[in-house]
Amino acid sequence: MASRNDAAVGPVAEKAGQDSARVEISGLTKRFLTPAGEVFTALQDVSFTVEPGQFCAVVGPTGCGKSTTLSMVSGLDRPSEGSVRVGGRVVDRVTDGVSFMFQADALLPWKTVLGNVLMGPVFRGVPKQQAQVSARDWLRRVGLAGFEDRYPHQLSGGMRKRVAMAAALINEPRILIMDEPFGALDVQTKAIMSTELLGLWEQIRPSVIFITHDLDEAVALADRVVVMTSSPGSVKAVFDIDLPRPRGSVQEIRFQPRFIELQHQIWDSLREEVERAYARTAGGTA
Amino acid sequence: MSTTSAVSPAPVEGSAQLSARTAARRARRRRVALVWAGRIGLAVLVIGGWQAFTTWGIVDPFFFGQPSGIAKRLADLFRHGTEFGSFYANIWTTIQEALVGFAVGAVAGVVFGVALGQSRFLADVLGPYIKMVNAIPRIVLGSIFIVAFGIGVLPKILLAAVLVFFIVFFNAFQGVREVDRNILANARVLGASQLQIIRHVTVPSALTWIIASLHSAFGFAIVGALVGEVLGAQSGLGLVIKTAQNNFDPNGVFATMLVISVIVLGAEWLIGKLEHRLLAWRPPAPSEASSAL
Repeated sequence: MASRNDAAVGPVAEKAGQDSARVEISGLTKRFLTPAGEVFTALQDVSFTVEPGQFCAVVGPTGCGKSTTLSMVSGLDRPSEGSVRVGGRVVDRVTDGVSFMFQADALLPWKTVLGNVLMGPVFRGVPKQQAQVSARDWLRRVGLAGFEDRYPHQLSGGMRKRVAMAAALINEPRILIMDEPFGALDVQTKAIMSTELLGLWEQIRPSVIFITHDLDEAVALADRVVVMTSSPGSVKAVFDIDLPRPRGSVQEIRFQPRFIELQHQIWDSLREEVERAYARTAGGTA
Repeated sequence: MSTTSAVSPAPVEGSAQLSARTAARRARRRRVALVWAGRIGLAVLVIGGWQAFTTWGIVDPFFFGQPSGIAKRLADLFRHGTEFGSFYANIWTTIQEALVGFAVGAVAGVVFGVALGQSRFLADVLGPYIKMVNAIPRIVLGSIFIVAFGIGVLPKILLAAVLVFFIVFFNAFQGVREVDRNILANARVLGASQLQIIRHVTVPSALTWIIASLHSAFGFAIVGALVGEVLGAQSGLGLVIKTAQNNFDPNGVFATMLVISVIVLGAEWLIGKLEHRLLAWRPPAPSEASSAL
C-alpha cells in the first residue's frame, strides 16, 4: 500500500504485504430465488485458493457461476454459505485493493479517457495533481499517450479495453479480477491485449482471477487453471501450469509441446462439462 | 470505387472526383433552396389565405381575427401599452414567473428524482402517491394557489413549478434507474462512496433524460404562468389575453400568442445550447451525422 504514492516508479516491491494478496475461497455456496419462487443453487461448495501474485484462470461452461464467484470475491455480493478471505480477512463489504475488469465496457461515456483513468485515485482521495500525473503515466504504459482528451465512443474496442486496463491498474491493486475482459474482442486484438496484460501484470504482480471461455488463453496466461462444472457450479479440477515465466508473446507459446500437453489435459476435464451443459441447454430449448 | 481508381489514370480520376464534388454541392444547395421555398410558400399560403378569406368576408374577422389586424394590434401594444402598464412590463412579468417557476420545479424535480431513484424503499413507499398526484389535473391547483396566495406573482410561480416538477421528476427518476449496472459495480469496486457515485455516475447518466425533459418543461412553465394570470392577476400576458377576450378582440389574443411563442422559442434555443454543452460527450446521433447524398 505504501507504494501507491510512487506509481510512476515502475516495478513495485513485492514486500507490500505478501499475504494480504492471498484469496481463499472456501465452501462458497450461493442460492438465488427465481422469479417463480424456486430456490436455484448457482454455486455449491466452491473452494480454491489463489496465492499472492498468482495468475489464476477459471474456465467452465456457460452458466457455471464464474461471475457470481467473482462478485463475491470483490464484495459486491454476499455468499449464502461459506466465505471468501482476502489476506486472511473475511470479505463482508467491497474489498479494499481490488480492481475489477468487466467484459462489457464499464467506462464512463461522459468522461474523457484521462477522466476515466483518474476515477480510481479520485475515489480514494488522492490529490488531483498527483492523480493526473499517475493517470498520464498509466495511459502511456498501455500505449494511449495522446488520447487523453478523447471520449470512449471515439475509441476502438481494443483501445477502450486499454483504458479499462489502465483504470483497473492505476490503484495498484493487490487483487485484479477479470471477467472475460477480452471476450468481445477479435482474435488478433485479443492476443495483443493478452500479451500486454502479462507485461503489466509482471510489473505490479497483483493476484489475478481471470475468467475465460477460451482454454488457450487460460493456459497461456495463468499459473493455475480452475475447471468448474455447471448447475450447480463447483470446482471440478485444479491444474498448475508450469510453463516458465516470463512467457513473452501469447501467440508463440501456443506451439510449445508442454503447452499442448497441458491444454489437452485440461480439455479432457472440461469437455464433458461443456457437453453436459450444452446438452442441457439444447434439451431445454428443444 | 477502389477498382476504378486503380484502373483509371490519376488525372482523369482527379477531375472526376472534382466534378463529383461540385455536383454533390450543387445538389445539396438545390435541396436547401427547395426546402426554404416550401417553408415560405406554406407561410404565404396560410397567412395570405387567412387574410384573403377574412377580407372577402367568407370568414368573419370579428371572431377569427385578421393577420393585418394582428400586426396592427401588436404594434399598438408595443407602442401604447395596455391599460395596466406597458406591454414590456407585462411580458417581463410572465417571463419572470415562468423562469422562476421553471427553475424551482426543475431543481426540485431533479433532487427528488435522484433521491427516489437511489432508494428502492423510498420509491416503493412514495410511488403510488406520486402516481395519484400525477393523475390529478394539476392546472386546477392554480385556483387554490390564487385563493391562498393572492393575485401576485407567487401563485403563478407555484403553478409553473408544479407543472415543471412532475415532468422533470419522472425523467430524473427513470434516468437514475437506467444507470448501467456494470458502471455502478465498477465505481463501487474502485472505492467510490455513495456521494461520489451520485456525483460521478448517477447524475451524469441521468442528465440525458433530465435535459430531454427540460425542453417540454419550459413550455409547461409558460402555460402555468399564463393560466395563473388568466385566473387572476394585476399584470402579465395572461391578463392581456383575458382583457382582449373580454373586449371581443381576437387580434389582441393572437398578437399576445405570437409574443409568447417567440419567448418559448428563445428559451428552447437556450436549452438547446445548454444541452449541447452538457452532453458534448455523446456520439453524434444518426440524424445529426452527415446526410447521405
